[in-house]
Amino acid sequence: MSSPPAVDVREARGAHAPPKPRREITTAFLVSRIAVLAVAAALLLYALPPLVAARSWPAVVILCAATAAIAYLYLTRRFVPAKYLIPGTVFLIAFQVFPVLYTVSTAFTNFGDGHRGDKRAAITAIESGSVRQAPGSPEYSLTAALKGEALVFLLVDPATKQVQAGDAAGLTPVPGAQVGVTGKVLRAPGYTVLTAPQAAARGQDVTALSVPTPGGLIKANGLSRAVEGRATLVYDARCDCVQGEGDRWAADEGQGYFVNAKGQHLAQGWQVNVGLSNFARVVTDPTISRYFAGVFGWNVVFALASVGTTFALGMAVALALHHPRMRGTKAYRIALILPYAMPSFAMLLVWRDMFNRDFGLINQLFGVDVDWMGQPSTARFAVVLVNLWLGFPYMFLVTTGALQAIPRELTEAASIDGATPWNGFRRVTLPLLLVALTPLLISSFAFNFNNFNAIALTSEGGPFPAESPQVGATDLLITYTFRLAFGTGGAQFGFAAAISVFIFAIVAIISAVTFRRTRRQEEVYA
Amino acid sequence: MKLSLTLRHVFVLVVCAFALLPIVFVVSAAINPLGTLASTELLPKGASLGNFGDLFASDTYPFARWFLNSVFIALASSFASLLLSMLAAYAFSRMRFAGRRTGLLALLLIQMFPQFLAIVTIFIIFTKVTEMYPAFGFNTVWGLLLLYLGGALGVNTWLMKGFLDTVPKELDEAATVDGASHAQIFWRVIMPLVTPILAVTALLAFIGTMSEFIMANVFLRDPESKTLAVGMYGMIAGDQRNANFGMFAAATLLTAVPTVGVFLWLQKYIVSGLTAGAVKG
Repeated sequence: MSSPPAVDVREARGAHAPPKPRREITTAFLVSRIAVLAVAAALLLYALPPLVAARSWPAVVILCAATAAIAYLYLTRRFVPAKYLIPGTVFLIAFQVFPVLYTVSTAFTNFGDGHRGDKRAAITAIESGSVRQAPGSPEYSLTAALKGEALVFLLVDPATKQVQAGDAAGLTPVPGAQVGVTGKVLRAPGYTVLTAPQAAARGQDVTALSVPTPGGLIKANGLSRAVEGRATLVYDARCDCVQGEGDRWAADEGQGYFVNAKGQHLAQGWQVNVGLSNFARVVTDPTISRYFAGVFGWNVVFALASVGTTFALGMAVALALHHPRMRGTKAYRIALILPYAMPSFAMLLVWRDMFNRDFGLINQLFGVDVDWMGQPSTARFAVVLVNLWLGFPYMFLVTTGALQAIPRELTEAASIDGATPWNGFRRVTLPLLLVALTPLLISSFAFNFNNFNAIALTSEGGPFPAESPQVGATDLLITYTFRLAFGTGGAQFGFAAAISVFIFAIVAIISAVTFRRTRRQEEVYA
Repeated sequence: MKLSLTLRHVFVLVVCAFALLPIVFVVSAAINPLGTLASTELLPKGASLGNFGDLFASDTYPFARWFLNSVFIALASSFASLLLSMLAAYAFSRMRFAGRRTGLLALLLIQMFPQFLAIVTIFIIFTKVTEMYPAFGFNTVWGLLLLYLGGALGVNTWLMKGFLDTVPKELDEAATVDGASHAQIFWRVIMPLVTPILAVTALLAFIGTMSEFIMANVFLRDPESKTLAVGMYGMIAGDQRNANFGMFAAATLLTAVPTVGVFLWLQKYIVSGLTAGAVKG
């Protein structure tokens, strides 16, 4: 996580040259300072109590320090650039940088289905999952209730009609409870009885709660019955293993599983650090590495084609309309911006139907019978075309904005100096456009490099060759790896995060190279 | 000159035809009385507003509510994110400080990592937030707004810094000589000059938020809190696809209305020139 950039005040001052006399305190100055203090105080008042109640002291410290720092920053006259950078940076760190770093750290773990919690949670899941009803044990009538905020079971013994309350700590008798005809508890002093819909809403909690008894565990069986059972698998801390059902599974901290002598493991594992093995899998797993280069190549082509075609078409139309004697520009602009105004996810689905072989509009319109999404070349053409349709209005808009920022005097001067329109465009307009738009083109490249929707909602990565149903002709790295990571094998968040880091690294390298070029450009033109 | 103008018109008309083709198809589907995908053609055989009626009468799909949610989130987040990134762009373009280039590069790199790749961790984070601050948790527009503002600095800062770099620095130097503070320069000199760019960027942010789907889909699960993108996706999911296509097309058209409205509203700013005439000689 990056701390707010250190601010070089000397340089900022230097730009404004001679030491200024101390400014007088104006009304605006006073009002803005009071506003800053008020906002900081309001923030603290709102955010602090829940954190204190939850006893998360580190969060309390961070919150207080951050509020104090922000209040100080806006009360002092120093650190001018930071005043402008902090508002956005706070959001950036909280909702982008932090989740991304969190994801990167996940790439070194086996977090995913079967490895969601810690070891204790896995043991609890294994033990309570193996509970079998003990022969001859009573079947209690169950009523879910609340004691304070915590869920408890009110259990009626079928033989004695005695009511007991059960929670994670064990059983306690409940004197003075009223039991209905159906065996449900109607009222119990000190407890709030839940109605059937309320209990159903807490269904997960009901299933998760197990009440320990001297001989085993009481678990809910549905919402109105509870049975006493015995865990057939039991964790033994002395050997760090799970025993039962005539077998023995030893904890393997490297895999995050309990493994038996035959190498089989229990379904529930826990999250462990697996180091670089997720990354190694990308290179060594033949079902992944064999296609990586091919998918990567098409991915680059797709991103370049998307940026190139959208920018070329958008700029061409913007230039065509950017003429003092052009009529009807307003109407044209509205027509051209319409694709961008349509919700893109909906239009992607519409385009897929338009490319349909049997009743698609494209085949109908041109009187052809092409299976667009069925052949690699036409499918690739189709997705680039769809992306062009979605993307060119954006390029048109930003180019129009940038064209208006270029003083007309410059092109006029060029034409007076005898430049042809083409030369005027190539040597004056285009370089100035690129100064403003290059960062945007890089962003567009990065966006299209990971344009999940454009592929997932149209071709779904297909067509798939018969011999390798894993990888399709239009698959991008991101759709391909998402299928591998989230597809048939269940959720593998750790592995998916590792792939994300790979994709990130690739895009970052490409962008860093382009950025160096931008820097040179900026030095020339700025 | 006459010929070149005609060529311009022909070219623009061809592009317009390309742009409008799928939209005509959607319009045709929306007024198709049968309301199914299989029966839709480019030019409709009949016309009725039945699909629109079904849309507002439907209990399963509270379309009007989704519409309000979407417009509110899109307007609020585009204005807020615009302000945040404009402030940052001003600092990056006009001030020189240690870490400036690092900050710019960091912004570019962070933005390369698509926010939705972090969706699992965002989900975990907001599970906690929902427990502590329900007003900013799941199924609330405020929580989604915060999430969207996290991405505000990314592309917009770069875009606006690019445009600010083309605004002559002499203007703020003149203002400084006249005794203006940095805040006064920002609000009185820079902001009026870049209104056209702000208009363009506001429009882009508005449209981006209106069609944002992946995050909202995770975030808003309560039918009443959904945005248009999430709600409409559910409309044609699975075997509903053919049957609800007319309603879906109608909803698509209505979704486009606020965007077109914002465009028309901001049109006059987009048209006006930026700095032409501000600096002479």
